[in-house]
Amino acid sequence: MPKLTRRAFGLVAGAAAANLAMPAYLRAQGKPRAVVVGGGAGGATAARYMAKDAGDELDVTLIEANPKYTTCFFSNLYLGDFRTFDSITHGYNTLQSNYGITLVNGFAEAIDRDANEVVMADGPRVPYDRLLVSPGIDFIWDSVPGYSEEASEIMPHSWKGGAQTKLLKSKLDAVEDGQQIVMVAPPNPFRCPPGPYERVSMFAHVLKAKGHTDSRIVIIDPKPTFSKQGLFEEGWEKHYPGMVEWYGPDVHGGIVGVDPSTGEVETDLDTFQGDLVNVIPAQKAGNIAHVAGLANETGFCPIDPHSMRSKMDDNIFVVGDACIPGDMPKSAFSANSQAKVAAMAIRGDLVGSRVFPAKYSNTCWSLIETDDGVKVGAQYVGTDEKISSTSKFISQTGEDAGTRKATYEESLGWYSGITSDIFGV
Amino acid sequence: MQTGTRRTPWMAVPVAILLATSPAFSGEGDPLKGEKAFKACKACHKVGAGARNGVGPHLDGLFGRAAGSLKGFKYSKAMLAHGEDGLVWDEAALDAYIADPRVMIPGTRMSFRGMEDEATRADLIAYLKQASVHNPVENPSAEAPLRAEMGAAALAIEGDRDYGAYLATECVTCHQITGQTNGIPSIVGWPKPDFVRALFEYKTNVREHQVMKLMTVNLGNEEIAALAEYFSSLDPQ
Ligand SMILES: Cc1cc2nc3c(=O)[nH]c(=O)nc-3n(C[C@H](O)[C@H](O)[C@H](O)COP(=O)(O)OP(=O)(O)OC[C@H]3O[C@@H](n4cnc5c(N)ncnc54)[C@H](O)[C@@H]3O)c2cc1C
Ligand code: HEC
Ligand code: HEC
Repeated sequence: MPKLTRRAFGLVAGAAAANLAMPAYLRAQGKPRAVVVGGGAGGATAARYMAKDAGDELDVTLIEANPKYTTCFFSNLYLGDFRTFDSITHGYNTLQSNYGITLVNGFAEAIDRDANEVVMADGPRVPYDRLLVSPGIDFIWDSVPGYSEEASEIMPHSWKGGAQTKLLKSKLDAVEDGQQIVMVAPPNPFRCPPGPYERVSMFAHVLKAKGHTDSRIVIIDPKPTFSKQGLFEEGWEKHYPGMVEWYGPDVHGGIVGVDPSTGEVETDLDTFQGDLVNVIPAQKAGNIAHVAGLANETGFCPIDPHSMRSKMDDNIFVVGDACIPGDMPKSAFSANSQAKVAAMAIRGDLVGSRVFPAKYSNTCWSLIETDDGVKVGAQYVGTDEKISSTSKFISQTGEDAGTRKATYEESLGWYSGITSDIFGV
Repeated sequence: MQTGTRRTPWMAVPVAILLATSPAFSGEGDPLKGEKAFKACKACHKVGAGARNGVGPHLDGLFGRAAGSLKGFKYSKAMLAHGEDGLVWDEAALDAYIADPRVMIPGTRMSFRGMEDEATRADLIAYLKQASVHNPVENPSAEAPLRAEMGAAALAIEGDRDYGAYLATECVTCHQITGQTNGIPSIVGWPKPDFVRALFEYKTNVREHQVMKLMTVNLGNEEIAALAEYFSSLDPQ
């Protein structure tokens, strides 16, 4: 018998009263079934839009491993003391109560693509007519020699939300004046291209606020350039002079490995000692996508740019960090945008609703220091080849303080907007 | 969202002050200066003879008018509740509202950050007292007659609401579907002409904003008409 929370019965509880022995999601409803794996930025959005727009015509089930979701987006603001942990943590109650989505709180182990069923780790199978997969990322632990899942307890990655976010925060708060933080940045492609550099800004903000300006933050980067580089470098120079050092591969010559027992990061150039070491390893699509054969040699899942439909299976859609998104960055904004295209396509497949040409967008804000926000954004359309950028913008260096403050305030508005768009209102 | 601590909430203003006929602020404002200050409101509010509702309600007959009381205007639930609880616009109430709308009426859908300067508020109120003695047009909620202006072609098209609903999925990542505003303006329940005009203004750089330029640059008349149809049909919450 599956481990079902009461909540898993969702709104169908009334109809289920006569039939309580069988979990709601196993009962044939006669309605087409849309199932979503992963209740993050992509998956929860898709579930909400399908349930909201198809109403009673569609049975929507959301499978999510965790009872609560802590957003990675704005987790840097939590590190910087601009947000509380609670304010970046969201539950699934509204999706169940206001949209009639059936929540299955459990881990999906495999997808039986011949039978059209998701296989849960504790045994039961969840049948689907269309499946949307948005499992986010998993790490390629050995991309940094010496690093591992166990090592992440000492050298946190904090690139997935939850316990790791808190661990990094407590280690950051313990850094004393004169001590050094070392970040090992990830290679492309990875979730949230400006994320590591916003995080470094928040590290510096916390240290500076405590007067710990003798501390240093060293970034060891496998990439020769990074997102919003001019904006971050200008901001670091302005707000945190002498505190942040960035080393690209032509300077450090290559990352040899890390040693969690000593806090050392060895490169061809030198060995860096960190009192706090934040290692962000290389990334791939969440494991379930690999197990199900949805990913290709890139480690991510190829999709049809017009619909987000998997190139490996017509009944499956992949959105968010796990897919190959063409010109789009891996972000919550992108995942949310892709989810809406996929939700429309799935409704088109299952209930015959209208399908319009796919349109996508993204904007990523980063906070450099109090009231100093910057942003980058673009719009995209699906072409036969890929999701292709049609227009874009980026904040300029040298902008006035008023513009930067307005940009930061917009990001607060966006956070409440997108989280209500994902988790419901 | 972050404005919460800056000012005394309206509710905390002593009742005696609210009931007094003279304004809570010292000294009478200057209506001439106030007319200039009204620029901050003009994009959304009309006042004076023949005013109509736009993005915001017309302000004719404002003083002594119950909050949220104009028929046909789509107020937020919060504004309606304040009206039902007996809020009537007078100098003190108006002063508190324009000083920080979201502190005085949490949940209001007026996308106005607030006017910090007390003297400017006094000027503005003095102007509004003079300007608001006129009558509005007969049916202030009816759309203004079409003028040959930017966006007229889009306005002339009958928008496809389904298409608008799809296109709007992109907008509601930032603009909340409930009409709540905190950092990003509320755009639900706007009359179509105002909505269309705003989008064209971003598209053509009359209003400059990087994000909204990006959002509108690829929208054609059909898309804009569809979006206007959809958003104008929504009720704020
Ligand atoms: C520090 C940081 C800052 C960021 N800042 C921003 C930002 O400012 N703006 C922005 O747009 N993006 C930002 N991002 C990126 C954003 O968090 C991700 O791109 C986004 O979460 C991707 O959504 P997703 O749905 O693909 O995956 P996720 O949000 O990770 O959701 C995946 C969900 O699937 C569940 N899951 C996975 N496998 C299974 C399984 N087998 N069974 C059951 N459940 C499963 C997981 O528990 C998880 O809840 C940031 C990321 C980081 C790390
Ligand atoms: C961006 C558009 C916008 C701007 C700018 C704006 N308002 Fe408003 N205003 C609104 C909207 C929308 C409402 C309805 C609010 C609600 O329902 O919560 C409103 C409501 C009001 C009300 C309540 C009226 C009633 O019928 O109860 C007053 C008074 C008011 N505004 C005055 C002002 C003044 C004065 C200014 C300038 C300092 C201003 N507003 C600026 C959009 C705006
Ligand atoms: C990434 C966030 C974001 C998205 C997505 C977005 N907007 Fe905006 N929008 C804003 C911001 C920020 C402003 C305020 C701009 C300014 O200061 O002029 C704004 C302003 C507006 C305004 C004028 C509001 C006013 O009070 O004058 C309208 C109308 C509007 N947007 C419509 C839309 C539509 C329609 C879409 C979808 C096609 C959309 N927006 C998508 C952020 C966004």
